[in-house]
Amino acid sequence: MSQYLLSAHAGQGQDHREPMAPEIMQEFMGRVVALEAEMEASGAFAFSGRLADADAATVVRSNEGDIVMTDGPFVEAKEHIAGFYIIEADDLDAALAWASKVVDAIGAPIEVRPFVATGKVADQMHEMPGN
Amino acid sequence: MAPPAATHWRATDVEHVFREVSGQAVATLVRVFGDITLAEDAVQDAFVVATDRWQRDGIPPNPAGWIVTTARNRAIDDLRRSARGRELHAQLGVVARTSHGPDAADWEEDVPMSDDQLRLVFTCCHPALRTENQVALTLRLLGGLSVDEVARSFLVSESAMAKRLVRAKYKIKAAKIPYRVPAEADLPERLRSVLSVLYLIYNTGVDDAERAALRSDAIRLARALVELMPDEPEAAGLLALMLLSESRVPARTAGGALVLLRDQDRTKWDRTMIAEGHAIVRACIRRDQPGPFQLQAAIQAVHCEAGSFEATDWSQIVSLYEHLFSVMPTPVVALNRAIAIGEVEGPGAALTALDAIAPDLDNYHLMHAARGATLRWLGQQDAALAAYERAAELAVTEIDQRFLAQQIKELAEDGALMPHRPGGSTGPSTATDAPESAANQ
Repeated sequence: MSQYLLSAHAGQGQDHREPMAPEIMQEFMGRVVALEAEMEASGAFAFSGRLADADAATVVRSNEGDIVMTDGPFVEAKEHIAGFYIIEADDLDAALAWASKVVDAIGAPIEVRPFVATGKVADQMHEMPGN
Repeated sequence: MAPPAATHWRATDVEHVFREVSGQAVATLVRVFGDITLAEDAVQDAFVVATDRWQRDGIPPNPAGWIVTTARNRAIDDLRRSARGRELHAQLGVVARTSHGPDAADWEEDVPMSDDQLRLVFTCCHPALRTENQVALTLRLLGGLSVDEVARSFLVSESAMAKRLVRAKYKIKAAKIPYRVPAEADLPERLRSVLSVLYLIYNTGVDDAERAALRSDAIRLARALVELMPDEPEAAGLLALMLLSESRVPARTAGGALVLLRDQDRTKWDRTMIAEGHAIVRACIRRDQPGPFQLQAAIQAVHCEAGSFEATDWSQIVSLYEHLFSVMPTPVVALNRAIAIGEVEGPGAALTALDAIAPDLDNYHLMHAARGATLRWLGQQDAALAAYERAAELAVTEIDQRFLAQQIKELAEDGALMPHRPGGSTGPSTATDAPESAANQ
């Protein structure tokens, strides 16, 4: 089994838009809840999260030893990660199948990226070359 | 029956007092409601009520308290009216009770506390917010400027500024930028960020007739900060620096043209501001915890003390720049030091010092203007002309461009007839008259 990050992207400022009408919201929630139940039942669900708008992001970097903070996301892109699932899947095809279901459920594009490693680095040390 | 004094209150008086107390009121209501936008809107509503009532009945003895009480009552009314508001209100009740302890007697929520304002200062100037947003939030929330006034100070439309403020407030809320005075360990750095925001506001109003009001806004905010943090010598230093710079404003221009420090009519300098600035600088020296703003203020104090350009204690200015450079080693500080060196050791020494920093400041018009003046002093007309031309290319403000065009014209007319010491001496606002904030450019 491998882990994949399915990240949902939203256009800039979409979080500031008008809230959905109650019946549309209910329908949306119904789809998402059903999908998550399916992920859970098949053992694919690992973790998920919904992020605040990219306006709330802060990039922290080191500049000759000084910690420097910058307001905003890494890249001034039109779209930013809005939320994500971390799923267990045998391979990319399986991950893409889940991704398609997520796209259908939430109506937003999804980026699929495999993890090279998960968990604490300390726990991965013995798997690294040279050990 | 209306009190007889009522007729004396004009809309401008009301606006003035409102501006003075608005930051305090917003800060207190942010504590009470835990929501910046709610606090901001409530204070705005209270202002509408105040404009009407204060003009009629006079300004109350405690305007900040009046605004807070009025704003708070209106906000609670609004909250009760909407369903979401009722939910929020219930939530806030819980938050307020837990944060104030179970004893309701000591829970005087709408009493303005000076700490409120200080907390809001550090929230607005948090380093996770971009500088322009720090400035905009500070002007809007603490300075009591309307969104339109903030927009004008940035030369953007009101709707663009409104959007920017919404985003900045969204970030404060979503990322949970804390509403508190930073811990002792973080204080020096966080305070620096607050002070640079205020100085940036001041400098935005320099040589810009449309935005001149920003200078008094900055001074007012710095004064409030010094009251809130009387033990921070750098805050006092910033206030002194602004006052001493401001004192010379009446002599800085004549008929729309820039007047160099050496040519300024010193009788036009504001003696009250100089006296206050000098008193602060003296107090800072006694405290003996020098920092960049105090040192810049000390330099300005030496200038303001001199009866004429020639009578200026240039060696003291050079040594103050040495000290400043040791704590703030920026090329702009080095530039100002080079100019001061010229006044002590002559143009040859100044040119050597200028050439050393020229590569770092190749895009800075004041460096080229200073080189132009120094080369002209040395009698190197062609090189001086080239330097002034480069400065003119890079100058942004109209007043600087006009000054540089004048220098170029004079040089062309002078030809080989080289006066011993041209009146044009150093660059537009150099000769230690340049805002050090340019170092942050």
